[in-house]
Amino acid sequence: MKFLRQFAARIVGQSIRIFARAITAVRADWQGIEPVPKQRVYFANHTSNGDMPMIWSCLPPAIRRTVRPVAAADYWLKNKLRAFVGPEVFNCVLVDRRPEVKDKPMDKIIAALDEGASLIIFPEGNRNMTDDLLLPFKAGLYNMGLARPDVELVPTWVANLNTIMPKGEVIPLPLICTVTFGSPIHVQDGESKDEFLARASDALAALAPEDRA
Amino acid sequence: MTETTSDILLLAFGSFGILIALTFVGEVLRAREDPGFVNPVLDTYMTRVQSWWGMVAFVGVALLMGKIGVMVLFAFTSFAALREFLTLTTKAQADHMSLALAFFVVLPLQYFFIGMGWDGLYTVFIPVYAFLLLPIVSALRGNADKYLIRVAETQWGLMIAVFCVSHVPALMTIDIAGYDDRSVLLIAFLVMVVQFGDLLEYFFGRRIGKTRIAPGLSPKTWEGVICGVVCAMLIGGLLAWITPFGIWGAMAMAGAASLVGLLGSLVFAAIKRDRGVKDWSHLIPGQGGFVDQLDSVIFAAPIFYHFTKYFYG
Repeated sequence: MKFLRQFAARIVGQSIRIFARAITAVRADWQGIEPVPKQRVYFANHTSNGDMPMIWSCLPPAIRRTVRPVAAADYWLKNKLRAFVGPEVFNCVLVDRRPEVKDKPMDKIIAALDEGASLIIFPEGNRNMTDDLLLPFKAGLYNMGLARPDVELVPTWVANLNTIMPKGEVIPLPLICTVTFGSPIHVQDGESKDEFLARASDALAALAPEDRA
Repeated sequence: MTETTSDILLLAFGSFGILIALTFVGEVLRAREDPGFVNPVLDTYMTRVQSWWGMVAFVGVALLMGKIGVMVLFAFTSFAALREFLTLTTKAQADHMSLALAFFVVLPLQYFFIGMGWDGLYTVFIPVYAFLLLPIVSALRGNADKYLIRVAETQWGLMIAVFCVSHVPALMTIDIAGYDDRSVLLIAFLVMVVQFGDLLEYFFGRRIGKTRIAPGLSPKTWEGVICGVVCAMLIGGLLAWITPFGIWGAMAMAGAASLVGLLGSLVFAAIKRDRGVKDWSHLIPGQGGFVDQLDSVIFAAPIFYHFTKYFYG
């Protein structure tokens, strides 16, 4: 039974990848790093529920096998299908965002890093529905960088997804999506939380294509 | 084997012969270089030749499969071209439905009408019906910000990527006395004269080009374009046996298609420059996107279609 579930998870994963490629021709642009299996935290902008599957789809297989997206438990455990896709297809690290819960998200994230996994996180915390490029970052990225300083923190910009699948629309538009990976950053000695988060946010915003309108 | 099939095979083998020669030249040049030294010009040349192999194979198989094969190939080409085009245009969430209609309704319907051979409809469907209806759909969402730019650019995308591209398979629907099922060969003729004209324009432009046509837009020169068009006419004359045009007619048609195509690629250069991109996308290794590869065929197709219909149909 376990074997069957794993097999189904692989099939579903491949289908999602093929679908993403066929519709958006998603392309990875490795600007600041090489696509090699190294332990990293990819931190990305968040405008659509398609962001995470899009980053996941454009990673080469060797990296995709070791990467674990950090995602909200309340979203991925809502029904049986999501509870299968989130933890088993994408191998998500599910965190509970409610403050009253005992097991703290950061403990789970650090545990995943200690097992050798790479992570995909969205440091804005929520989907960005504003006209601003990015929302202010939450502290998580800083805490990870502080606790595990050897892990590379890689800014990852997902372009176009808010046009491909804006909130409230049902049909995805087949436009070309590019995922850009920038140069890794680390928390520097004596750098305060706010300084670091501002630097991380700038590094991510620098990857956004210029507004052509 | 019918005569049409054997002619397609002959053209395919001829093209493969040229590609083998080009590949051979590239490999010899590569072998003569110091190992470890990377020559970017040669590498670009080789990736381009490899992409050409793929394209000749795709078009050849599609032509051999006849009407259905050609329709499917060009419908997918339209899809890829429209995707590249609309990725770069101005749009708002208010356009979501009209853009979805463009991809999933207008595009398939255009090819459906061509499949039916309903020329009274497929020649006006996008310039009239889509032109009037899609802006209504966008307007219903009540967002006036950059409205004219949004609807105009969407319509441009549809005209270029769907209307113009679909006029290549539409050549199959033209009734020419005594030509019958051979009309599929007109596609091979159009694509070959325009693409070879492009290639030779590039070659001669590099060698002897001096007078830029549109400085600041594109490196194309009058010398290069004239040589390209003359070469396209000669190739057209050599390919006259697959057309109903006769030698002089084939040369004239090839020249007209190649000239319109070469000047059309200036239009695409202007759009790319306006949007600040070098290529339309990265889907074809070494060549950029589908629109980069097909820009001149896109412009030449409707003209070639109407000339054929007017003079020979």
